[in-house]
Amino acid sequence: MKFLRFFLIVILFFSLNNINAEENDKRNKITKNLRCLICQGQSVYDSDSEFANSLKIVVDKKLEAGLSEDQIYEYFKTKYGEWILYDPVLNKNTYILWLLPILIFLIGGAIIYKSFIVKK
Amino acid sequence: MKNKILLFLVIIIFGIIFYIFYKGLEDSKIYTPNVNTKKEIPAFNTKEFFSGESTKSSNIFELDKIYLLNIWSSWCVPCRLEHSFLMKLNSENKVSIIGMNYKDNINNAENFLKELGNPYKEIFIDLDGTIAIEWGAYGVPESFLIYNNEIIKKYIGPLNQELVDEINLFIK
Repeated sequence: MKFLRFFLIVILFFSLNNINAEENDKRNKITKNLRCLICQGQSVYDSDSEFANSLKIVVDKKLEAGLSEDQIYEYFKTKYGEWILYDPVLNKNTYILWLLPILIFLIGGAIIYKSFIVKK
Repeated sequence: MKNKILLFLVIIIFGIIFYIFYKGLEDSKIYTPNVNTKKEIPAFNTKEFFSGESTKSSNIFELDKIYLLNIWSSWCVPCRLEHSFLMKLNSENKVSIIGMNYKDNINNAENFLKELGNPYKEIFIDLDGTIAIEWGAYGVPESFLIYNNEIIKKYIGPLNQELVDEINLFIK
């Protein structure tokens, strides 16, 4: 009986540890995708500036309040605009950015197809 | 003939790419916030600076009145520069200046006000910088002109004579 209790406590302890780690993973993932606005070329995750530290606290609070990743991004977008996100969203300003690689791939593919496969 | 079309296509594609990257060079890589959008002021809970009592944003900002919210800190050097302009604005008594003490030590902040004067009608504390984020601010000093619980204009960086004149124009 004693052994069982001990065993349960150990399992509980490790599972709690796991929950905490998951939360941290999520927080790190979100802060890595947020641009630190006052430090060039750094994410909020990488930065130790006053602004970035406050932002990390806000992300923690929002996660605690049960907001999803997308909701948190949306929140920061309303405060600071699209620029704060590293992952640009597909819209009229960024569609070239998203479509150009596909376009180049298709044209390149067509050229290769025409010059090598059709020739045979 | 086919080769010519191919060459033509390649040149056009490279032309487009070149144009996009060239345009990209002109864009600012530094965050430039939109200063003219009208936005509702955020709701938040905070503490009063002198008494330490809890208060709400709705207790600080009333409808139908013009406010200037100024984010300041005793450790911020540009705040010292703009302080004389805030004192001047306050002496004209046309706008209520509200202070947000950003990530500061209370004793240092009190000394700062003793030394340079207190232009603020009310001051509240933002100890961890999260309230400033609610306002969409990203540093000190920053000022917001508020009317009817709406942000009319945002001023990034220290105020100067030119900006004070502009604020006076808004107030009229």
